[in-house]
Amino acid sequence: MIAEHLPALQVVVPLVAAPLIVLLRHPGLAWALAVAASVFAFGASLGLAAEVARSGVISYAMGSWPPPWGIEYRVDALSSFVLVLVSAIGALVAPYAWRSVAAELPREQHYLYYAVHCLCLAGLLGMTITGDAFNVFVFMEIASLAMYVLIALGRDRRALLASYQYLILGTIGATFYVIGVGLLYLVTGTLNIADMAERLPQVGATRPVLAALAFITVGLSLKLALFPLHLWLPNAYTYAPSAATALLAATATKVSIYVLLRYYFSVFGAGLVVEALPVPEILIGLSIAAIVTASLVALWQADFKRLLAYSSVAQIGYITLGIGLATRDGLTAAVVHLFNHGITKGALFLLVGGIALRAGGVDFKRLQGLGRTMPLTCLGVTLAGLSLIGVPGTAGFISKWYLVLGALEAGYWWLAGLVVLTSLIAVAYVWRFVEAAYLSEPPAGAAGAGEAPLPMLAVSWVLVAACVWFGFDTSFTVEGARRAALLMLGGAP
Amino acid sequence: MTGAQLIAACLLVPAAGAALIALAGRWPNLRETVTLGTAGLLFASVLGLLPTVLAGGIPQLFVLEMLPGIALGFRVEPLGMLFALVASGLWIVNSVYSIGYMRGNDEAHQTRFYVCFALALAATMGIALSANLLTLFVFYEMLTLVTWPLVTHHGDDEAKKGGRVYLGLLLGTSIVFLLPAVIATWAIAGTLEFTPGGILGGKVSGAALGGLLALYMFGIGKAALMPVHRWLPAAMVAPTPVSALLHAVAVVKAGVFAVVKVVVYVFGTDALAATTASDWLPTVAGFTVIAASVVALRADNLKRRLAYSTVSQLSYVVLATAILAPLSVIGATLHIAAHAVGKITLFFAAGAIYTAAHKTEVSQLDGIGRRMPWTMGAFAVGVLSMIGLPPAAGFVSKWYMLAGALQAEHWVAVGVIAASTLLNAAYFAPIVYRAFFRAPQGVAHGEAPLPMVLALLATAAATVALFFFPQVPLALARALQGG
Repeated sequence: MIAEHLPALQVVVPLVAAPLIVLLRHPGLAWALAVAASVFAFGASLGLAAEVARSGVISYAMGSWPPPWGIEYRVDALSSFVLVLVSAIGALVAPYAWRSVAAELPREQHYLYYAVHCLCLAGLLGMTITGDAFNVFVFMEIASLAMYVLIALGRDRRALLASYQYLILGTIGATFYVIGVGLLYLVTGTLNIADMAERLPQVGATRPVLAALAFITVGLSLKLALFPLHLWLPNAYTYAPSAATALLAATATKVSIYVLLRYYFSVFGAGLVVEALPVPEILIGLSIAAIVTASLVALWQADFKRLLAYSSVAQIGYITLGIGLATRDGLTAAVVHLFNHGITKGALFLLVGGIALRAGGVDFKRLQGLGRTMPLTCLGVTLAGLSLIGVPGTAGFISKWYLVLGALEAGYWWLAGLVVLTSLIAVAYVWRFVEAAYLSEPPAGAAGAGEAPLPMLAVSWVLVAACVWFGFDTSFTVEGARRAALLMLGGAP
Repeated sequence: MTGAQLIAACLLVPAAGAALIALAGRWPNLRETVTLGTAGLLFASVLGLLPTVLAGGIPQLFVLEMLPGIALGFRVEPLGMLFALVASGLWIVNSVYSIGYMRGNDEAHQTRFYVCFALALAATMGIALSANLLTLFVFYEMLTLVTWPLVTHHGDDEAKKGGRVYLGLLLGTSIVFLLPAVIATWAIAGTLEFTPGGILGGKVSGAALGGLLALYMFGIGKAALMPVHRWLPAAMVAPTPVSALLHAVAVVKAGVFAVVKVVVYVFGTDALAATTASDWLPTVAGFTVIAASVVALRADNLKRRLAYSTVSQLSYVVLATAILAPLSVIGATLHIAAHAVGKITLFFAAGAIYTAAHKTEVSQLDGIGRRMPWTMGAFAVGVLSMIGLPPAAGFVSKWYMLAGALQAEHWVAVGVIAASTLLNAAYFAPIVYRAFFRAPQGVAHGEAPLPMVLALLATAAATVALFFFPQVPLALARALQGG
């Protein structure tokens, strides 16, 4: 009974948890409920992934209204892969938040944080699982509104401005998206994504279809922070509460990338997007700009959290670069990096949260000599940093392998060279941390703060261990990404 | 134990040793016992593999499939066997020496030092026993990373600067050149397994083949081919035991080992000889041999002189491999072992001089042989080996390299070997002359602590022993050719 309704429960459980938390109000109970809902969502996504691996696509008719009339939830190789990432991060960040939120937010706001956490999770999972174009917009708004609140909860007053910036740009993005969907509805008469994909070829590459593609591309590019539409991201990541940053960085942009992939390869089709239009060239050009400029900007940041935020913009560039290649290996690289970068950045932001708690901030001055007082945290940052660089034996290496392979097989040897050259910038900015933590004397008067609280450290290390684990055992990540890539290039939704 | 179990032991013993050393950090005597025990156990495990390999067997261990079609796997062939034997055997001696050095100089962070050392050996074993390019690459990068804390051990600005050059060049070359080369090989050949006769034969030719070879040769920065050699002198800021085992044996030999491995098992000597793709390599290697010797000639700092001598000696191996003649490849293989025992002796002596007399420059060494006769005696043996004179191991390997160059009628190589022999003599002989034939100056002092003297005598003895009994390395080198 429950297994049958897993696709609905995946979203409904965290969605219902949010108002319940508001009713409960008690911080401890709120936290427990948020953890329970997040862990349930993770379990549900694993169940769905296993079912998809067994039997292919799951189609679930919401309220028993058959598609295309009712809303369809659709789980396939690509969406189940993203569901696992999002819910896994959610299930890890929720227990982490206990100590982190207690330290960063006033007590009367705790229950709010947990309610918004559940809403955000529900929105992101909904965007991924739904097979309805307008439903994507609804969940996108749920997730985005939750994120604006999460960012605004940051204790630095600049968090308000960051949230406001994101609110403006995010709303523009969502509006562009819904205009695109409106145009598609106009020409196809359906909102069901699978149905839309079937009817679009009859319409052909008419002007409304091209306009829809343009609106959806720009709208989603704002959401996924594709250069030069990334301006909201550094402030949002820097000033949000630590737990919120980890949740956003590891999941929010990734889900938008997923929606973009869905539209490019399932709705419009590779024939239109890749062959008839210069979308790959534009994507590759913007990705290169993102990688080079954001990496260089990251290098000069005085604050480690901000450095990581700019690094995220660069890493998103690697993902969109893989999409731009639009070959089997390129798309494999994009999907696998979606996951690998998610866990890597998740680990880094969680560890940074621990440092912020103990050292009072994460500007490089405070990081000096930290290797002595917080050895486990610093080792974790170093290992996850190696994954960010793409050193073999870490998850990041697997992404880089496929990206370079994809570029070489497409004949873009210069692009392969660019990918490896720019990872040297990552070496430089990761090593700024390593040198500060291990080779500098602690500033005079700094108290020996000690390690972060055990629950935070343990959760962070789960993700650090995942960065190493998925560098060796790639049966889940690479297999999943390859299946997703084949699905996208096969044309079938 | 079966071959697979022994391979697993070779990898896990030093890794587990590192964990135990960390746990025993508070009790220095226990910690050093763990180091010595680990080193002994590792050598025993490597030795356990030797009879099978000498009998022509190839022990294997498959761990898991890292990427579809590419395994993390290990296979012990003759070349890897020899490298593993040399590195693990010298680790025992080096550990004894380290105890004397680190305590004699009151170094800080000794636990971290021993932990990283054990991890470096684990990475070295991974390189030596790797079954394919991906496995080799994984451990190659790991070796760079775990030796970085050893290079920057002192933590001062000089160490930080040296560490940046070290990491920047080694990681940079491997990421920018070696990784694309490996991925391109996978895209072209569809396999990365080390296969006798090579895997690229007939699949790529002309400029692409030459370009790929260049990516490998400069991507393997640890082989210190000019102009990517500068990390090696930069690494000399490390404590001397690090320079001795890692930057004269494990790390640099991992570089030339990878070069030989790539030429023999990826390109294939015969396949490469049939083309002109590698014609530039002997020239570059020959230039490095000569140019590094000239720099060594002018260096007054003893460790710097030794470092440039290492750069020069490493390129002997590349040169001999690049000639592609059977005899010269045997010479290259032998030189991996011969240079290791000789150069570690020289570094041990340099560290002993620093510990006993706090002298670092060649110009300060007047008469030191009279105060430290054992140390400088061993140093003289190492010098003989570097020049290539009997009765030292360097003579044997040089003999084969020269014979190979003559066999292939490669006159440039013959000229390089002859000229560099003179240069070697020119920068090493004066040190010995100063030490024994000039009057000592300054305050009187004796030999360095006993563990250090014992260690350097042991490696000096090994240098001589390899001259008289080169059977095992020679058998392995011949098996490499046969296989």
